[in-house]
Amino acid sequence: MTPLLQVEDLRVRFRTDTGIIPAVNGVSFVVRPRETLALVGESGSGKSVTGLSIMRLTPRGGGCRVEGRIRFGAADLLALPEEDMRAIRGNRISMIFQEPMTSLNPVKTVGEQIAEAIRCHRQIGRQAALDRAAELLHTVGIPDARQRLASYPHHMSGGMRQRVMIAMALSCEPDLLIADEPTTALDVTVQAQIVELLKRLQQQTGMSVIFITHNLGVVADIADRVMVMYAGRIVEQAGTVPLLTSPLMPYTQGLLRSVPRLPAGQHQRRRLDAIPGNVPDPAELPAGCSFRPRCPHAVAGVCDTTLPELEDTAPGHLVRCRRWRDIAPAGA
Amino acid sequence: MPPVEEILTVHDLRCWYPVRAGLFGGIHQYVKAVDGVSFAVRKGEVLGLVGESGSGKTTIGRTVLRLNAPTGGSIVFRGQDITHLTRRRMRPIRQAMQLIFQDPFASLNPRMTVERILLTPLAIHDRTMPPAERHRQVEAALQMVGLSSAHASRYPHEFSGGQRQRIGIARALILRPAFLVADEPVSALDVSIQAQIVNLLLDLKEQLGLTILFIAHDLAVVGHISDRIAVMYLGRLMEFADTDALFANPQHPYTEALFSAAPDPDPTVRRQRIILQGDIPSPVAPPSGCVFRTRCRYALPACAEQQPAFREIRPGHFKACIRDDLALQGAGGQARERVPSS
Ligand SMILES: Nc1ncnc2c1ncn2[C@@H]1O[C@H](COP(=O)(O)OP(=O)(O)OP(=O)(O)O)[C@@H](O)[C@H]1O
Ligand SMILES: Nc1ncnc2c1ncn2[C@@H]1O[C@H](COP(=O)(O)OP(=O)(O)OP(=O)(O)O)[C@@H](O)[C@H]1O
Ligand code: SF4
Ligand SMILES: [Mg+2]
Ligand SMILES: [Mg+2]
Repeated sequence: MTPLLQVEDLRVRFRTDTGIIPAVNGVSFVVRPRETLALVGESGSGKSVTGLSIMRLTPRGGGCRVEGRIRFGAADLLALPEEDMRAIRGNRISMIFQEPMTSLNPVKTVGEQIAEAIRCHRQIGRQAALDRAAELLHTVGIPDARQRLASYPHHMSGGMRQRVMIAMALSCEPDLLIADEPTTALDVTVQAQIVELLKRLQQQTGMSVIFITHNLGVVADIADRVMVMYAGRIVEQAGTVPLLTSPLMPYTQGLLRSVPRLPAGQHQRRRLDAIPGNVPDPAELPAGCSFRPRCPHAVAGVCDTTLPELEDTAPGHLVRCRRWRDIAPAGA
Repeated sequence: MPPVEEILTVHDLRCWYPVRAGLFGGIHQYVKAVDGVSFAVRKGEVLGLVGESGSGKTTIGRTVLRLNAPTGGSIVFRGQDITHLTRRRMRPIRQAMQLIFQDPFASLNPRMTVERILLTPLAIHDRTMPPAERHRQVEAALQMVGLSSAHASRYPHEFSGGQRQRIGIARALILRPAFLVADEPVSALDVSIQAQIVNLLLDLKEQLGLTILFIAHDLAVVGHISDRIAVMYLGRLMEFADTDALFANPQHPYTEALFSAAPDPDPTVRRQRIILQGDIPSPVAPPSGCVFRTRCRYALPACAEQQPAFREIRPGHFKACIRDDLALQGAGGQARERVPSS
């Protein structure tokens, strides 16, 4: 199947007062039609920057450099004139941003905002756009959709605002939706509602979704495939079931072990399996494998020499670890 | 069985915040953030307080420490009624009860070194301590949380989120409190770091014999650390039980829904989720009767009539729900079925 999106060797660097920050260091992946690809990793691993690069929304100017190729259909998004990119952004590819409150305009009604998003890309009148906005609010499960058009964002709960964001992102029926932590700020009962909603909409529209999250429980619920990022690189990639049940990369294994589970059956108060140490400073990555200082399987002279390659271990399963053959898979 | 000693007893606690309604602010309405909550914390235990955003957890935490004034009810700490104590009379007690904040970024003064951050509580509460002793205390507190004296001269921004939370814990522990309120201490952290902090709190509790009121919205985290758990919704307690009993046999529909909604990373288990409809109602005008009834799948007309009593249905197991005829699913309950891995 021809992929919908193909990211090749994406590299993003920020120049700051304190030096160069390599945020994304050679990331390649594809998104297939109709699939949900989860992008997981700890804070600062480069998930949002990857998503923003696809949208071409990384900060402009000399402070940020984006290199590589991002193929979408026949186009290379990174080489496209801004005008052509504007025709794609919000239309064929749209994004739900990590911070819902900052991405909605507080002084405009949600109806106006959705209608505006529609009229950016469609030649329709104001009333028709408002009708469509009401329809979208209904689709995302907002009761009394027509009355709700006149509400301001701050009159809505967090879950409602997230629904509005989803309605806006879906207003032009995109081929690809990038959802950046769309449920992280929400309560579990509302998170469950939004995950169900996104699953239903994905099935109805056949769009592809890049779902950025750090919650492996949500991944199990929503994703077809999973990509794990660490320090700006992909360290493991596989179908959801193999990734969660038999991960090969020690980082993925550690991440899964550190998730607190609802104890099924008898419960003992117990320590969690934490990964020791902290995520490395992107400006001072260790030599060799970036995970080495925290890895229980690291071997001197092996892991600290050169950067491990992303190797095929089984069809569709990629891992970046020198020692994956010696390490037993261990997962959920 | 040795008698259980209660370090903190809260009876019928009410915390209402006035909100001005109307253009000229004439009419007062109240956010009933906490509305008639009773519980006791046993010496040496971790009591988990779980509930969704806005349910009143932080308000309870701050009020039992008397950082907020209660609207009604009583708070007894180590046998002393502290409900109405003045600031001055609270001061010696405050040393024994400390708070860890959710946001390790916002709660540390960015212009102070770690050493000054840790010295401040000592300076306030023990002016007679000689400087050399103070520095020894700072060093000991840093070691206790897995940092070293080399960190003392640095500023908060030089630390990662997990390390900042360690500093926050060190600051809370430097006065050797008996009772700690930990308000979402791990919610802002990545899972791998969250696990480190949960373990640290468990270790410190053992070493120092601490009693902890552990506030969080994540039932799985709370279940790991707590001996007993109180479940809150819209300013009221819905259920209260030993962790084991709560997980195996929840007695309140809200607890069941929380278990069902919790994401589980095991993909070989497909669950029939209970998806609660709608949002949490406004605490200014909570539903009549049972506050959960507008989202409850088991609600009966009678649920709207009277606020259900918070009653003990088995020794140590309390609930506020009129329905005793339900067979509710616990954590990993019957609704889960194994799907064969293909
Ligand atoms: N505008 C910017 N200027 C400088 N550095 C930046 C900027 N945006 C991101 N970075 C850095 O790039 C790296 C990757 O950031 P990114 O936001 O992609 O992380 P993330 O994986 O989305 O994390 P989170 O889970 O916290 O959202 C981080 O080290 C971050 O500090
Ligand atoms: N100072 C205040 N003035 C008015 N209302 C307040 C104030 N502080 C809290 N509230 C309201 O009281 C209710 C309970 O708030 P509280 O912060 O205790 O909830 P919480 O359970 O800690 O929520 P979260 O999980 O979001 O931290 C909320 O509706 C909140 O908006
Ligand atoms: S390469 Fe070495 S350090 Fe890196 S994950 Fe594999 S075993 Fe661990
Ligand atoms: Mg991000
Ligand atoms: Mg709170």
